[in-house]
Amino acid sequence: MADASKSATVAAPHEFQRSLRSRLLEDYGILLVVVGMAVVLSILQPDYFLSAQNLTNIVRQIGMNALLALGLYIVIVTAGIDLSVGSVMALSIMLLAMADKAGAPWPLVLLVGPFVGTLIGVINGLGLTLLRLPHPFIMTLGTLNAVRGLCNLVSGGQPVSGISDEVRFIGIADIPLPFGGEFAVIPVSAILLLVCYAGVAWFMKKVALGRHIFAVGGNPQAARVSGINVNGVLVFVYAASGFFAGLAALLMAGRTGSGYPNLGIGAELDAIAAVIIGGASFFGGRGSVLGVFAGVLVMGLLRNGLNLMNISAFWQQTLIGVIIILAVWIDVLRRNSGTRT
Amino acid sequence: MQASAGSGRDQILLEARGITKYFGAVTALEGVNLKLSRGEVLGVVGDNGAGKSTLMKVLSGLFRPSEGEILIQGQPVQFNSPRDSHKAGIEMVYQDLALAGNMPIFENIYLGREPGRRVGGLTIVNHAESRKLAAEHLARLQIHVKSVDQNVEDLSGGQRQAVAIARATAFDAKVVIMDEPTAALAIKEVGKVLDLIKRLKDHGVGVILISHRMDDVFYVCDRVMAIFHGRNFAEAPLKDTNRNEVIGWIMGTKGHAAGLAHDKVH
Ligand SMILES: Nc1ncnc2c1ncn2[C@@H]1O[C@H](COP(=O)(O)OP(=O)(O)OP(=O)(O)O)[C@@H](O)[C@H]1O
Ligand SMILES: [Mg+2]
Repeated sequence: MADASKSATVAAPHEFQRSLRSRLLEDYGILLVVVGMAVVLSILQPDYFLSAQNLTNIVRQIGMNALLALGLYIVIVTAGIDLSVGSVMALSIMLLAMADKAGAPWPLVLLVGPFVGTLIGVINGLGLTLLRLPHPFIMTLGTLNAVRGLCNLVSGGQPVSGISDEVRFIGIADIPLPFGGEFAVIPVSAILLLVCYAGVAWFMKKVALGRHIFAVGGNPQAARVSGINVNGVLVFVYAASGFFAGLAALLMAGRTGSGYPNLGIGAELDAIAAVIIGGASFFGGRGSVLGVFAGVLVMGLLRNGLNLMNISAFWQQTLIGVIIILAVWIDVLRRNSGTRT
Repeated sequence: MQASAGSGRDQILLEARGITKYFGAVTALEGVNLKLSRGEVLGVVGDNGAGKSTLMKVLSGLFRPSEGEILIQGQPVQFNSPRDSHKAGIEMVYQDLALAGNMPIFENIYLGREPGRRVGGLTIVNHAESRKLAAEHLARLQIHVKSVDQNVEDLSGGQRQAVAIARATAFDAKVVIMDEPTAALAIKEVGKVLDLIKRLKDHGVGVILISHRMDDVFYVCDRVMAIFHGRNFAEAPLKDTNRNEVIGWIMGTKGHAAGLAHDKVH
């Protein structure tokens, strides 16, 4: 009797597998787009696209957007938004460059970006929860401006160059591979990205706090009555977003060797685009880390490919706009067909 | 302390005294009292907007009362969040169900109380364990779903109701509050829920059932209390009242129910 009802609850494995397959397609279908783009580009640019030099270039080019998008993904899962990440990155890079110039020990300088970013993220979260501003758009629009202003104030609007090699290591260094020639290297930044993406994917799947982030995005009321500290979760996600913006500053400090107060103007929009192209829902509760990575790659490959073919940057922007709309539209179609069958 | 409470005729599990709740200028509850004993099923009735759900949300820690106190087995307690009421052994099925549609059944059941390993302030969830516990619990309740991995948004209204009830009964609660648990259900499913309430009662759980259906109230309850415009209006053991009288209470009338009733007012 008990056995019969137990088997009933776990019945119909193939039916469940089918829904699992469609869920995989929903989450990772965008990866197919990435593969398709790579194939097209390697046909159009057979000599260069797949060369070690170009591949490491792509990795370097996507680094900043990859980190910003990862932070925004965590925020967007709660149905939130963080417009301040570009400004946070700029303030972080100026402060870390100035700390480095002032002779602070390099291990300390490495911490400046993530620390400043996390701090402003916490302020974003507290503004949303304590001041009860009606939407995170407003709080982070405020910090987008306020932090950019601070960044110009502390730096006098002037770049700071000559960042020390130790601080630059993460953003610029390469680990040579024992085969494949001069350009066969793994950039240290690629390892950083890998660690961050794998870490966040694991966290969002396996750690209770990660699951609570999804619950808050799905139904905040359900989260609240389940005893989840919803405000605590919100402060955490904005802190995480700030943290990754600070880490992106460290990456850029390495790549360029200087701090620019104009760094990352509009970068928040690229990051949001990558998250949305990657299939996360703007309404919260949905989206995967792998999808975000695919979204970052779509944008990176598009830029890289159009550059290789000498097509104007204006076209890049136009195409990215079209892709955002297409990606979400395909998602809408897929969902509708899903509910019809 | 507990012994003296337990030695009495009936052991009071939960008591609310003088609960008042304001929402801005609106007074949703005014000086409401409520008592619930071990193994007792209390029916709470009242018109739409009478304040039933608000009272239950005060008992589950979702709202803080503007005035009044809550006692668990005679001890005054203060609930700052549903987490506190969970710790005190109170579980609730909310009228609007309060499930996360984007998450699977098993995660909804254990949301906020995931089984797992604590590592430095974080819980690493054991999803396999959670799945297994959920499937076993649903089987015990004779709730049938294709898989505990189904997202709640893919379930029917009745199945969602069942998941909400499963969540409220998965943690050995002392008190289970059900706010219109049968509203979305077909007749056969209603029977299941009512039988489940009887089983909870047999295990000594105190149950509060809010329902607009007199059939439900008269099938499972031991006592019925009516709230009218946010105040205690009337209450009586079930055997001392009848449907017409209770329906009269809901409308705010007393004393002319075919001459049958001597009202149990306090
Ligand atoms: N969060 C809130 N903010 C403001 N007013 C509220 C809130 N919740 C409830 N109220 C008000 O309190 C009163 C009681 O509502 P409540 O939901 O407790 O009624 P109810 O008895 O459960 O009704 P129903 O049978 O329709 O579920 C209503 O006037 C309602 O408008
Ligand atoms: Mg109600």
